[in-house]
Parts: sequence; C-alpha cells; structure tokens
Amino acid sequence: MLSQESLAKIDRELNKYPEDHRQSAVMSSLRIAQDELGWLSKETIAFVADYLRIPAIAALEVATFYNMYDLAPVGKYKITVCTNISCMLRESDRIVEHLEHSLGIHMGETTADGKVTLKEGECMGCCGGAPLFHINNKEMCEHLTPEKVDQILEGLK
Amino acid sequence: MANEVCFRTLHLPEPGSLATYRSIGGYETLRRIVTEKVAATEIINQVKNSGLRGRGGAGFPTGLKWSFMPRYFDGTKYLVCNTDEGEPGTFKDRDIIRYNPHQLIEGMCIAAYTLGARVGYNYIHGEIWEDYVSFEKALDDARAAGFLGENLFGTSFCFDLYAHHGYGAYICGEETALIESIEGKKGQPRFKPPFPASFGVFGKPTNVNNTESYASIPYIIEHGGQAFADLGVHNSGGTKLFSVSGHVERPGNFEVNMGTPFAELLGLAGGVWRGRQLKAVIPGGASTPVMPAAVVMAANMDYDSLSKAGSSLGAGSVIVMDESTCMVQTLKRLSYFFFEESCGQCTPCREGTGWLYRVVKRIVDGQGRMEDLDLLTDVSHNISGRTICALGDAAATPVLSFIKHFRPEFEYYIQHGRSMVTGK
Repeated sequence: MLSQESLAKIDRELNKYPEDHRQSAVMSSLRIAQDELGWLSKETIAFVADYLRIPAIAALEVATFYNMYDLAPVGKYKITVCTNISCMLRESDRIVEHLEHSLGIHMGETTADGKVTLKEGECMGCCGGAPLFHINNKEMCEHLTPEKVDQILEGLK
Repeated sequence: MANEVCFRTLHLPEPGSLATYRSIGGYETLRRIVTEKVAATEIINQVKNSGLRGRGGAGFPTGLKWSFMPRYFDGTKYLVCNTDEGEPGTFKDRDIIRYNPHQLIEGMCIAAYTLGARVGYNYIHGEIWEDYVSFEKALDDARAAGFLGENLFGTSFCFDLYAHHGYGAYICGEETALIESIEGKKGQPRFKPPFPASFGVFGKPTNVNNTESYASIPYIIEHGGQAFADLGVHNSGGTKLFSVSGHVERPGNFEVNMGTPFAELLGLAGGVWRGRQLKAVIPGGASTPVMPAAVVMAANMDYDSLSKAGSSLGAGSVIVMDESTCMVQTLKRLSYFFFEESCGQCTPCREGTGWLYRVVKRIVDGQGRMEDLDLLTDVSHNISGRTICALGDAAATPVLSFIKHFRPEFEYYIQHGRSMVTGK
C-alpha cells in the first residue's frame, strides 16, 4: 500500500524509539502515509497499524485526535488558514474572504477541479508572521496580503 | 542589553549553523563539565542560583525540578524538551530552533549529563514542518561533530537526542499529554502524581523542560548562576524571550532582561500600529488574564510585577490590542479555541468550554441575555480547579478577565445586538 520510500522513512522514525515501543512512531508514520496518498482511509490507517504491529484502533485513535490528519479526501493543495487571536487582530478575515472569493468556495470545501481545499486552523505558533496559512501541512506562508495570496495561488500548479 | 542568552548568535551570519555556534564557544561548556567530571550537584546548584523558572508558562524553578529526578535508577532515564508551542500568541521556541538550535542541543546535553538521562526527545509543534526539518539537520550536524551519541569526548557519557513531530493538538503542550503523545497515543494529560520525574516516558524517570529553559542552560553553566540571575530582577532571573503579536508595527520576538518595563517592550515592537491608542494587552499567552492599557503600561515584564497587576507572565506571549478591538468578538474567538482544543477527558472542561463558547457566540449573534454574564462567570468557576490539567482554567481565565475589565462592552452588545466598538 505504501511505497518502499515511505516505508524507509517509517523505519527511520522507528529507530528513534526503543524496540518495544513501536507505537511511538505512529504519528510520523501516519503523516508519511498521508504525504504519499493524500489522505488517510481506514485501510491506510490499518495498514500503518499492521506495519507497526499495534492494534488498528490505536492508530485510528491518533488519526482522529490530531487535527492535521485528513480522514477524507482533500484537494491537491490543502490551505489551512489560522484565524486565531493574533491572526484575527491582523485581519485574517480579509485573507479568508479573499481566498473564498478567488477560489469560489467556502472554508471546509474543495474546488470542483479538486485542486484546492480551504480549511480553518488553530494557532500554528507563528503569530509574529500573522496573518498566515500553511499549505499541505508543510509550507508556512506568513505576512499575507491579498496580493501575496494571489501570487501564491498562481504558483499552485 | 538585548539578545544576551538564547539569541546570542542572532546578529551573526547563519546564526543557526554549527560553525557559528562553535565560533562563540558553543559546546565548550559541555566539553568542560564532561571531561572535568563536574559534579551533578554543583550544576544543579548553579541552575538553582540562576533563578531560572520554567519558560513554558508555569514558571516553576528549573533547578528544583531537576532535583526531583532520581539520582540512581536501574534503567534508562529520559529527557524531554517541549517545543510544542500552540498557545495563541506564543512563537518564541520556533525562533530558538530556527536561529540557535545548537544552544538548545548543548543545554539538553548538559541536562542529560547532570540528570543521567541516556535518551532525549524534542517534541516539535506539528505546524512548523520546515523548522522540524532544520532541527533534524542540526541534530545530524551535532552527531557528526561528536556532541551526541556514544562515549562523548572519550568519556563514558552517552546521550542520544531525537526530534518527535506533533500533528496538531494544543493540549500536547501540557507535559504529561506530551509524554502520552511521544508514546504514540492521544494527547490526554495524566493524573499527577506520579510526576514525570518518577513516571514519565515509557514509565521511566523523565525531566521535561521548555525549549527556552534548556537553551538558557549553557549560559548559566558558562557564566555561573549568579550572572544569569543578575540579568533579571528579584524572583525573575535572567533574560526572557517575549513574543509580541497583534496590533504593533513590528511583531516579533525580543529577548530582553526580566523586569523590562512593558512600555519599553512595546517600543521595541514599534509601538501600536497605525498611530492608534492601546486598549488592552494579554501579556503571557491566551491563558493569562487580559490587562487594560493603563494597568499594563505601568507594569514591568517579570513574574512578580505582572502578578501584582492582576495577570501573569505565562510564556511571555504579548498580544497587543488597539482601540478598534471589540472585546466581545475577541473573546468569542478565544473561547472557540479552548472548546476546539479540549481533549475531552474531564467533563467540566469538555462540556464547560462548549458552554462558554456557545454563550459568548449567542451574545455576538445578537441573542444574548443580561443573565448570560453571570452564567459565563458561573460556568467558568465550575471549570476552574476541577480538571486534571490546566486547560480548563486556561479556558476560564479569558472569560473572567474580559468580563471583569470590559463589562460595559458586553452589556452594550447584549442590549443593542451589536458591538459598541465596531458598530457591527
């Protein structure tokens, strides 16, 4: 189900923990699986659990608890916008409006071509760069303005 | 003076590189204590004398915490660093792992030597992927240079350090939730006692400190505890990283001495933006009480001064609000955060945070009732002190302090169905 490359990455994570505590690698393993497959299906979660030799329910609990895992398909690009206090004070609502208007979707929706999903996020611990969003849980885009958002959207192929 | 401890490489080219850190004497303190076999009690005494208090928000004396770790234990002891900052307004530890990761690594090595820990984990906030990757690179560099691994400096001292990546849960900043998360579980806090020093990661003795706390250790051991204490004021030793966000001209992190007047810190951040007036400040992160402008402008940034002024230093996360800020709408956003992030384990928090959010929301939606203010106060009191961890109290604090200091705004909103400040 996962590529050799992803499995090698999981093995590297497993090396961080004692041999009898393979469950410690579940968070990274789910992240690696999501990076390859785009989202986490029940089958993917069960596969990761099997690979780690832990009960499937233990992996499912983690996948449902932490909010950066996607338990349903998302667009090729998932844009998670922080709207918490420091971002709100620096007018993240303008960024949200601009994104919704530019993409023709609301928060929580995906564009019809499956390219972009918009999601509201909680504090990302980067409040000095507010307003901000991150893309696919990876790339942090800070000090946003509507113009800068346009540039970023244009760059998404 | 600024940038004297955690940010002391910041003015140099490539501040985060191993070469830059070595150029200011980095890892030499570690080498000295390990090769000279300096006694653990001597190091703990220096940390106690430094007046260093936990920089993650609780402010517990670090030296005292270290002394709780058992000296003799037949098995692996662990060291954990908490870089899981997700409390709104907090973004200082990110800059330590970006701009001075080796000082954190050296601080953890010194702690590991002192406490006899064989393995360490740095738990890094999920959303800062690029910084997690760069910290892993710093670990590789330190390993290759012989500062992590087996038999360091040709002695019997061994220490392995790894990065553990979170994936989006504020609660994991609570130290026992963080430990659960390292074990690959839901981040639900544990009952204490037992404390991590006796039952931590994998049930083994574990010392957990904040990133800024560990990163202060090399300075303390190099210059002596007293030198660090002298940077600050009584009961608040050292420097502090303050994360300033919100309505200022230049948001960012500023490392200044403890006891620096708030007005001076505000000046470093360029003052209130757009030439506006200051209205209120949350001085230590979303879980600390809001302070009206006049009160905060008279306060200094240290534990005792902010406590006397009715708030708390917390993690030093200063959220600045100008005169255009509607306190009711702001509280609604904060209350949603705590509702969303409650781990669901304790009923008063799981249910109470939902009540707080829904009642503030109905005021904002124009359906508030005057008795809602008493209801919010009542629900807050019924959460506080009735939960396993501090998230419940953290959710209650903004509600109580916003209503206490800005009650007329709430009453106006209820009477008119719109904001007294924005008119909307």
